[in-house]
Amino acid sequence: MRTELHPKGLEIVTVSLELSGPEASRPYIEAAHPEHPSLLDPTHLVDSLFGVVNIPNVVWIDEAGMIVRPAEPGWPGGRHEIPALGSIFPKLGRSLTAPQPPTDSVGLAGIASGQDREGYPDALRDWVERGAASEFALNPEEVVSRSQPRPMTMSEGAAHFELANHLWRAGQRDLAIAHFNECHRLQPDNWTYKRQAWSLLGQERVGGEYGRFAQAPVLGEEGDWPFKSDFFSDVAQVKAGGYYPKTL
Amino acid sequence: MLTASLDVAADDFTAATGWAIKPEGACKGEVCVPLPSSAHFDLAATADRLRMAVVRDEAAGLWAIGPEALGERALVSAEAPELTLDDLDGRPFSLSSLRGQKVLLVAWAPY
Repeated sequence: MRTELHPKGLEIVTVSLELSGPEASRPYIEAAHPEHPSLLDPTHLVDSLFGVVNIPNVVWIDEAGMIVRPAEPGWPGGRHEIPALGSIFPKLGRSLTAPQPPTDSVGLAGIASGQDREGYPDALRDWVERGAASEFALNPEEVVSRSQPRPMTMSEGAAHFELANHLWRAGQRDLAIAHFNECHRLQPDNWTYKRQAWSLLGQERVGGEYGRFAQAPVLGEEGDWPFKSDFFSDVAQVKAGGYYPKTL
Repeated sequence: MLTASLDVAADDFTAATGWAIKPEGACKGEVCVPLPSSAHFDLAATADRLRMAVVRDEAAGLWAIGPEALGERALVSAEAPELTLDDLDGRPFSLSSLRGQKVLLVAWAPY
């Protein structure tokens, strides 16, 4: 995608939201051999500054530095394929304090619904070709009104995330976990805050190349999972299309 | 932003939040929010006006100031905020250096 659109005036800037340090992101970045800026965002600045709430999320910015599409789910090109994790992970359980799935839960299938993944690159191409005349370029008022909701509770949640992030890196784990849990309570729709926290323990307990994707307790070790919920339990609460909301 | 004290210089507040402190108030993009008149920068009053949460961790001895909740939206302006981050080699890169090009900012993570 970058090879196609860079000659037409588009630059891609990737930002990795990972607090543990550059080594967690390095294999993915180096495998991609990027010619574009590939940056590290250990404190999730793009959440606070742009309203990013999940990955992948993308923001379109024009030549004058004006946002023309606020943060939304978007797939500009190929995805890094990961193996079927169920075959390489131990069985995973659920947080003992997680909410029970609703009776009409669609489970992990909900992740595949919502934003049109196949059509997204064409929308991007249209904007690169036509600029402000593209139907996908929003005016400034639309950009602001369509950016993520931010009631005061979300500002508070972000503050708790910043404390959690700092304290985890400082080795003050118990303090950090309390702030992660409070952050997740206050910003339940922010998946970068949740997946970041759960992945830290997944990497420790499952390890290996993909341990960060083990975002729930190992089966039988649920009593030693300090987070209020886990990936599977929270995804089960999401209605179809809610994980990657359709914005195009 | 994290701080051990609420006695913070205006420049440090600006660097951490993107809100510039000017005679007309706290400004970001074309938006300016008037601040109470004061001889010195008042973090608590500014956070209150910008609707930024102020959270205290007593054990850690830290305050955290959340992002603005003005207008109940993540963006107060369509003007892209400045973003400066390091690459894998520790070299800083600023988004504003790409003015004149269209930019697709892509957030991802290794999890």
